[in-house]
Parts: sequence; structure tokens; C-alpha cells
Amino acid sequence: MVAISNAFAAVEFSTVSRHYGDVRAVDNVSISIAEGEFFSMLGPSGSGKTTCLRLIAGFEQPSIGSIKIFGKEAAGTPPYEREVNTVFQDYALFPHMNVLDNVAYGLRVKGIAKPECYKLAEQALEQVALAEYGQRRPSELSGGQRQRVALARALVNKPRVLLLDEPLGALDLKLREQMQLELKTLHKKLGITFIYVTHDQSEALSMSDRVAVFNRGKIEQVDTPRNLYMQPKTSFVADFVGTSNVIKSVLAQQLTGQNQPFSIRPEHINLDTHQLNHMQNDTIKVAGEVVDIQYHGATSKIEVRVGNQMLFIVLSNTELSEPELPKISQKLNLYWSKSRMVMLENQAI
Amino acid sequence: MQSTTITADTSKPFGRKLSNTLYRKSNLFLFLLLTPPLLWFGVVYLGSLFALLWQSFYTFDSFSMAVSNDLTLENYHSLFDATNLDIILRTLSMAIAVTLACACMAFPIAYYMTRYGSRAEKGLFYIAVMLPMWASYIVKTYAWTVILSQQGILYWCINHLGLSNALNHVLQIPAIGGNTLATSNLGRFIVFTYIWLPFMILPIQAALERVPTNLLQASADLGAKPAQTFRRVLLPLVFPGIVAGSIFTFSLTLGDYIIPQLIGPSGLYIGTMVYTMQGSVGNMPLAAAFTVVPITLIFIYLSLAKRAGAFDAL
Repeated sequence: MVAISNAFAAVEFSTVSRHYGDVRAVDNVSISIAEGEFFSMLGPSGSGKTTCLRLIAGFEQPSIGSIKIFGKEAAGTPPYEREVNTVFQDYALFPHMNVLDNVAYGLRVKGIAKPECYKLAEQALEQVALAEYGQRRPSELSGGQRQRVALARALVNKPRVLLLDEPLGALDLKLREQMQLELKTLHKKLGITFIYVTHDQSEALSMSDRVAVFNRGKIEQVDTPRNLYMQPKTSFVADFVGTSNVIKSVLAQQLTGQNQPFSIRPEHINLDTHQLNHMQNDTIKVAGEVVDIQYHGATSKIEVRVGNQMLFIVLSNTELSEPELPKISQKLNLYWSKSRMVMLENQAI
Repeated sequence: MQSTTITADTSKPFGRKLSNTLYRKSNLFLFLLLTPPLLWFGVVYLGSLFALLWQSFYTFDSFSMAVSNDLTLENYHSLFDATNLDIILRTLSMAIAVTLACACMAFPIAYYMTRYGSRAEKGLFYIAVMLPMWASYIVKTYAWTVILSQQGILYWCINHLGLSNALNHVLQIPAIGGNTLATSNLGRFIVFTYIWLPFMILPIQAALERVPTNLLQASADLGAKPAQTFRRVLLPLVFPGIVAGSIFTFSLTLGDYIIPQLIGPSGLYIGTMVYTMQGSVGNMPLAAAFTVVPITLIFIYLSLAKRAGAFDAL
């Protein structure tokens, strides 16, 4: 995590809401994003993360609250007067211009001399390894190449904050992983603030300094990826970030004696006790019945019914051979260490 | 048992067999589909057009008032006579003025429809734009003669607004004015613009509808002020729609023969010239030669538009 200097935060939301009629797309959100931070906004579709990004870009104005960009009130200023640039979800490249003109656009409209614009645009294209593609039309490029052009078009303006709206959503898995790496490298090299919107939790965890988890227009938790995963505060976060078993209060009461829900990661549940090098009274034991087994290559996912709840566990296929795996409708005991449990805020699930 | 289920072709009804055959032989299907429109366009439409154009090379004997099959370029020569050239220029300048006015008026209307209108508002707009087209165009033109007459509502409004002096000044401008609005080029221009405006709004609206909003947002995001976004992104992307609309307004004005007869000063238009030549005079070859003029003008217009990059965004 990047330390917050005593200078202004790059972007600061104070009790921001955005209403559409009765719908609260963004509901009383306050966040402070430090300069140079790689900050992700994670959440399911319709959770308000994209609206937050659009509020920073200036495409939307807040109904209530204040948004400061480097200490300057941004609410009310149009997008073209903000020091931020956006990489759009579907790239939004201008179809009637070639790639070089697309990249040079931001400089041209600012009135910079034509040769200078094209020089900088060519450098920006080089930076994303598309130097020879300047004369092509966006329609002649592949998805990944368009993505890079969109990146170059934003970065050529030297923004202090780069907004990325699910930029890798349309790419296939391999390309997405490659681009994740490139974005991270680019972020380190440029040292500017990246604000990254995604619904893909693994993407958010692997790239970000901090992640804000959105649900129904509100922020559930803002934390480092490690803390989000290890210490989720709410059942929503526990469920959405990574895969987790959220034990509801009824079952929790039986297991812990406390009427408080908790979460336990599937990889922390064992089928026997000998992997738990802890004292006996630290271990929770619960009986269940195997309902389903899914093969996932390196691991297998086993779904187990415990009482009226489903838990799943993840077993390594390299450690267990096929006959060693449980069978469907087999009865078995699950064990986990109390120290692995994360108590959640008591709320309706 | 099994074989019967597979080879039971004979038991199928005729309709099923026919559709299966057409499905298998897609070329036959395509041929059947295309034959009627190709016959219509190829023979009825283009055929008659070429027959007309062919007649433009026939000879007209002005003594006997008879047309003979001797081929000649005389008709095309006479297009460049001072009086005929005058007709062409008069029509052309009106067509350009009407097209420009329609484009300027249609764009904001179409823009509002596309960007701000809700579904219901859009529907209302469509009806409002199309509604005038439900009435006969001759009726509307006659209505305009009443509106523009000195006892008409327009004069009444202008008088009550105290603008009659201003109107008189405008009517004294040589190329535009006339004795009254109804006999001035200004009046004719107003009526042309009114009548053809829907033909400009609809294609522009269709073109605007195809411009994704996020392109305009991207432009603003990159620092372009609204005027720059309009000039560099919106206009180039909508230009094919404007060209499509202007082909309508341009060619409809070039070919019209009703409005010039009913409203505005005397002096023939291409349309009225063709009407006179093929009707009362019976000089079909010259009438045919005159019809080539709008075709040529539109061809020139399209190639200019193409050179200006109007179709790059398609």
C-alpha cells in the first residue's frame, strides 16, 4: 500500500450519492484514494462502481456530496476540464480516424502543434508496442490491440489519474492475464494513480494496492487485497472476494456457541485432523454428506451438506489420487482451525 | 422400424417438402426471392429511365412540332442556351439553399430526439415529423399560398409584432424578395424547406442513433470542448446521414414542378420546364435532356461528398 502523503489525496469522495429517481446508484460513499495508488473498485454489476468512476471522470454529477480531485472540488466541472483520462470498457475508439489520429486526439484538441502531437502519439503507441499500427483503422485491430490503443490514447495526455472501466472485460483469459501484468508494470513505471473498475475479484486482488468492495451502491469494505481475503468484514465481502463458506448464525450457534455468522475459506477445511497442528480445543469438527464433486484440474471442489447449509471444500488433486477422493453421498467429518474463521458483522444474509 | 423414420420423405405434406427443397438449394431460393425486385428495378425502373434518356438524343422539329428518331446532341447543346442555363442555375441555387436550411434545422431536432428524448417522446417526435407527410403535398402547398398571402396568418402575425417594415425591407432584396411573400423567392424557399424537412430529419436521426454515446464522452474525457467534439467526432460520424438527407432535399427540389408554379415569382424551374416541354410543347427530347441535369448534378454532388470523406465513417 502506498503511504498517503500529507499532500491532497488524488481523489476524495465525501458522502457522495448519485440518485436516479428512487434508485440510489451510489449511496453515501466516502473514499480517499492516494496519489500513485492502484485502487480497484470491485463489485457485481449494478453495485455502483462504474457510476463512481463516471463521477470522477465527470460524465455524471453527484446528487449529494463532494468529489475532490487533488484537493479541487470537481462536482460541477465538465469532463474536459479534469486532469483525468478514461480507458473505456469497449474502448470507444473513434471509428472515423486511424489509430495515430485517435491517440493524438487529446493533444490536438488542446491546441498543441500538429508535428508535436504526432511525435508524442507515436511514442505512446511505441510504449504499448503498436508502433507500426498508426495508419490502421480501429476496426482492423484485434480486441487486445484496441485495448492498447485506448490505453495509449489516455496516457498520451499525461493524466494524473487514469480511470479504467473494466478494460479487460472483452478479452479472453490468456490475453487478460498478460494485460494485467502489463498494466501493473505500466503503473509502476508511470507512478500515477490508477482507478480500476472490475467485477473480477481475482483481477482486483492481483493488481491493486487497495480494493473497495461495492454492494448496492455502498462500500462494504476498503482494504488491501490480503486483508480483504483474510479478514472480510461482512458476509458479502467474504462471499464475493475469493470463494468462501459463510456460516449463518443458526449453524454458527451450534458450532461456536455464538450467535454470530463467520466465514471459513474452502482451502482451510480439512477431511482429517492430522494436518491441523493445533491443540484439540482449537479445532471445529462437523459432520456432513458429500453432495457433488467437481473436477478443476489441479484441485477438486467437494460440496458437502451440513445441516441445512452447503459448505464446499477444495482438495488438491496432486496430493490425493482419485480413489482417495470422497464419493458422492459419502458421510464424512470436516475439521478446521478456529483461528482460520473470520467473524462477520451480524446482518441479514 | 428405424429405416422408416429416416426415409419417410414421401409421407410429408407438399409445403414441408417445398421448404425442405428450398432449404437444401439455397441458390434456387435466392433466385426466387430476387427475381421480382430485379425485374422491377432492372426492367420497369431502370429500363424506362434509359428509354427516356435515349429519347434525349432524338430530334425535335420545331416547324412540324414532330419528333424524329434521328440521333443528335442538339438538345444537350441547347441546355447551355442563356435561358435554359438560367433555369438550371435558378433551380440549383434554390436546391442548395433549401438543403442547407433543412440540414441546419433538422440537426438540432434529430439530436434532441436521439439524445434526450425518452421512448414516449421519441414516438411523439416521429409522429410529429411524419404527420405532415400524411397529408397530400399539393394540399399543403395550397395551404401555404393562403398562409403566405397578404390576408394570411403570417402577415397578420408580422403586422401585430410591428415587423411589417422589416419584412418590406427583406422583400426589397433583389434575389430573395418580391411584391409579397407569396410571390417572392423567400416564400418559395420557406415552402420548400417546410415540405422536405422530414426527409432530412429522419436520415440524420438514424445516423445519430448509431453514434455510441461513449464516443462523445471519450472526446470530452480527452479534453475536447463541446464545439470540438461536435466538429471532430459527431459531425464526421453523422455526415453520411446528412448526405443521405440532402440527396432527398436536393433532388426533390431539383425535380419539383408544383411549388414553383404555385408560390414565388414567375420563371421556370427544371421541373416546370420538363412539364411544359413534354406537355404543352411536346418537345420530349428536350424534356428528356433536362431530366439528365438533376441526375448529373446529384452525381457531381455525391462525388464531392465522397471526396470530402462523407462515407469514411460508414
